[in-house]
Parts: sequence; structure tokens; C-alpha cells
Amino acid sequence: MRNRLGRAFIVTVGVMVAAISAGGQSRTYRAPRTADGKPNFNGIWQALNEAQWDLEAHAAAPSPVLELGAAHAAAGGLSIIDGGTIPYTPAALKKKQENYANRLTLDPEIKCYLPGVPRANYMPYPFQIIQGAKYIMMIYTFAGAVRTIYMDEHKEAPADSWMGWSNGHWEGETLVVDTAGFNDQTWFDRAGNFHSEALHVVERYTAASPDHLLYEATIEDPNVFTRPWKISMPLYRRLEKNAQLMEFRCVEFVEELIYGHLRKKPSH
Amino acid sequence: MNHRILVLASALIGLSAIPLAGQARPKPYTAPRTPDGQPDLQGFWTNATYTPLERPKDVTKEFYTLEEAREIVKKAAVDEAEQTVPGTVPDVHYDFTQFGLDRSQGPMALNLRTSLIVDPPEGRLPPLSAEGARRAAERTAARKSRGGPHDAVQNEPLGSRCILMDRNGPPMLGGAYNNTYQIMQAPGYVMILVEMLHDARIIPLDGRPQLPSNVRQWTGSSRGRWDGQTLVIETTNLTDKFAFMGASENMRLTERFTRLDDETLRYQFTVEDPSTWTRPWSAEVPWKKDKGPIFEHACHEGNYGLYNTLAGARAEERRAAEEAAKKKPQK
Repeated sequence: MRNRLGRAFIVTVGVMVAAISAGGQSRTYRAPRTADGKPNFNGIWQALNEAQWDLEAHAAAPSPVLELGAAHAAAGGLSIIDGGTIPYTPAALKKKQENYANRLTLDPEIKCYLPGVPRANYMPYPFQIIQGAKYIMMIYTFAGAVRTIYMDEHKEAPADSWMGWSNGHWEGETLVVDTAGFNDQTWFDRAGNFHSEALHVVERYTAASPDHLLYEATIEDPNVFTRPWKISMPLYRRLEKNAQLMEFRCVEFVEELIYGHLRKKPSH
Repeated sequence: MNHRILVLASALIGLSAIPLAGQARPKPYTAPRTPDGQPDLQGFWTNATYTPLERPKDVTKEFYTLEEAREIVKKAAVDEAEQTVPGTVPDVHYDFTQFGLDRSQGPMALNLRTSLIVDPPEGRLPPLSAEGARRAAERTAARKSRGGPHDAVQNEPLGSRCILMDRNGPPMLGGAYNNTYQIMQAPGYVMILVEMLHDARIIPLDGRPQLPSNVRQWTGSSRGRWDGQTLVIETTNLTDKFAFMGASENMRLTERFTRLDDETLRYQFTVEDPSTWTRPWSAEVPWKKDKGPIFEHACHEGNYGLYNTLAGARAEERRAAEEAAKKKPQK
């Protein structure tokens, strides 16, 4: 009898623990507040996973550039997608596979183009949040990309852009960012996962501890996907006392790649 | 055409109502405070100006009269609006007025100064030091040895390459368009978003040291502090590639931001570089309240101009070579 009761107790506690830790966060965490009483997300953040290579589960793979050997080989990683895979239409899946095959010439990251959303958030570089009441700025190392989250001047994107137009609002502990108005030039990763200009991303940023956020993004694009799909990952605070974003003006690094064939040939 | 004149006229009427930067002020202004007690510099600002960095050679005084200053703005605005003739090369490049990008169609602080440089008092750059003159000559020679300006992308100006423009600096100077800045303050940081090249300057205010001296960046290493009502930003660790007005990588820049009233921010900067100039020099630019938003300036991503400049130069060479071959006497 005592044993059975004990076992029931253990099972109950086990279920409670599992419920609390679902999604890797405790629902009870309350973030420190800014002066206007909102959760304070100021800081330097960075993803720590392999989604930069491929959002879906993937094994390690060699670099497409022979000379880079193991230094730029893709690290294996597990899927960050709810349900595991991206629900492409058959035609879009074919295009994704072509993108992957031709990634050395097609990946916009290689040309130092603005990375788009959500890709900017899980590239292997830190980004900084500067939080105000009317505007929340997200400033990325890669290509010096910048997003302005408009907290009280919500409007439709006035024009298409690389980083989209972001309207934000608070839902309790969560910053919800609704972004649209994208062009069709950005990718989601180095594996050729892509979208059209109909892309619509709804992101949720929730503090899960003093030093990590839970990041979720729901991705919708009826031209490319059969249904909306969701990714999630933790974003970690860079805790070094002297942490700062370093300049990454990558245009200079890609000029020869983009314009080198237009160099004047030596006269003979 | 008519709408341009209308826009111009309203811009000038707007200007006449603006409190003048550099004019004596009746009562001292105290900037509002942010929740953490910093003077509040936040908002959108523009450093658009027709005032040149250096005083024109035929001008001897430090300030224009109000009438003279208004006349100069009016003439500059008219010149800018009428800059292109249909069918000419400038016309197929940018017509700033058509897209409201020119200075006369947006807010602009009226500046009575005859130059942005306030020190030396002559309003002109100080003489080059011996080392500065030698380096200037070496740079010119190095540039020539790399070939013509369109021989390779690396020979093109930094602005055409979307790497850095005078609006980015530092120091940040106005130009023909995209003169908008957004300042935000969070505890421990000031952020200045430069519209040109979507360039966010994030300045720590916690007194941390500059980056190690071997780490050089296009925009250097910047640290800020408050001096009463004034935000002071010190910048070092610059590169030889940027070379602001011919400076060396040892240039030390001090920028000072002071809010003069609800509508005006005074931007001052001092350049110290004994290896280039015989003495430090300083400039002052009034920034005028502007309104947002700042749109994404994806310069590199849409840089067809650079591609076409280089491709055009190669096409010209091919044509010249073909014509030369035609002229060769047939044997």
C-alpha cells in the first residue's frame, strides 16, 4: 500500500516536472522590468545551435570549398522545427534541393547580403537589443543588419525590404513581433531553405531565466509551404563583462567575388 | 516643375520659423531626462546643411547675417532643384528633388556660420604636418600605381562601394541625401542609427577601455560618457583605409552632443592627429529634429551602379580596342 502510494506520488511529481520544463522554460519566470514596466530584453544575445547550416535534422557534411577542408564543414544538428520538417509544396521542395546543390553561388550570406528574418537570429554571431518604449532595435553583427520593431506605430510595410517591416506588442512576459513586407531574396539557412515575398513571420521572445530567452517563430508563406510551421530555440545572453558587437563590414570581403571578373585585364 | 517650387517655398517658410543655431539664447535649456537620469537626446535628427566644412576662400567673416544665410539657403535649394537637364548624364543618375531626397524638401537647421569648422578660427583645415604631407603624397602615388578609378572595384570610392560614407563617419557629416539619424538610449548605452548604410553605432557608457590597439575597425572603437548636459564620445582604433580628410589611423576623435532646445541638437567634434595636421581642429553642426521612420538602406544589395560602372569601363575598353584594330593598316 505504502509502496503504491509512493509510486503514485513519484509519478505525479514526474508529470508536474515534465509540464514545467516543456519547451525548456519555466512558466513562472518573471523578467526584470524596464522603466516603463515591460520585460527588459536589453543585452547581447546569441543562438547556440546548428540551425545556421540547416533548420532540419542533418548529419555533418564536408565544405563545398575543397581548400577549407574541415574548417568550414557543416556541423551535424537536430531539427529546430515543430514536427521535424518544413512543409514545402512539391515544386518548392524541388527548388530547395536545387538551391542546396548550387548553394555556393546562390546563398545570399556568401555575398554579404542582409540576412532576413528569422535567419539573422541564429547566425553564428551575437546581436544586441536596445529597448525603448516606442521602438525596440535589434542590431546584428552580420552585415550590420538592423531591425526596428515598431511598438506603437503599427502599419503595413511601406515597401519590400530585406529585413521586413516589424510591428511589435507585448503579451504579458512575451514580446510578439509580426514581420512582413519581405523581398524573396533571403534564405533561412545554408541548406537552401527559402521563401517568397509572401513570407509572414510571427516571432515570440520570452525570458526564461535572467540569461536566456525562448525564441519561437511561426513562418507562413502560401506560395512555398502547405501550412504555417514553427521553429523554436533558446537565445543565450553573452555574459562576458566586455561583450560588444564587433564591426563586420563584410562588403569588403566579397567585392572580389562579386566584381572580380570586371577587373581591367592587363594590356599586352 | 511647379510642385518643386511650391515645395521649395514651403521649405523656406519653414526654415524662417526655426530658432537659429549659434544665436544668443535668452534662457538656458535643460534637456528632459530619460528614466535612468540621462539627458534625453532620443528621437530622429537630421544634419542636412548647405554650410561647407571649410569656409569659402572669398568669405572672411565667421557668421552671415540672417538675411545672407537665408539667401544662401534659397540659392542652394534652387540650384539643387534645377541640377539636371533632361537627357543629360546627371539626369539619368539621381534626381534627388524628384524623390524628395534633396536637402531643401526636409527639415534643416539654419546655420549662420560660414563654415562648419570653428577652430582654427579661419574656418579651414590646419596645415598638414611634414609627416601628413609626406603621407598624402605617398597615398596619391599608391592610388596611381593601382591604375584608373574604374580599373577594379577596390579603386572606386568607399561610398560607391557601400562600405562607408561621410554620413557614417565618424565624424558624421551631412551629404546630398539620407541625412537622418535616430538616437536611442538604454541603460549603459547610446545607439545612433545612421540612415546611410543602416549603420548602428552602439556606444557603451560604462567606462570600459577602448579595444586593444591592434584591433582596427572602419569606424574605430567608441566609448561614451556624460559631461553635464553633453554626451561625449571618444573614438580611436581607426584604420588607414578610412583616412577621414586625409587622417592617419592614429586619429583621435571626440564628438560632443548637446541638446540646445526641443528642436536642435548641437553636434561638435574635434580631430586630433599630429601625424597629419600641425594642430587639432574642430567643427560644429546643428542637428534639427526630424521625423521617422528610417527605411532600410540596402546599399550593397542593390548596387547596380557599381556593377554598371565597372562593366561600362570594360565595354569602353573593348570598343576602343576594336576601333584601334580597324584603323590598323591591312597587310
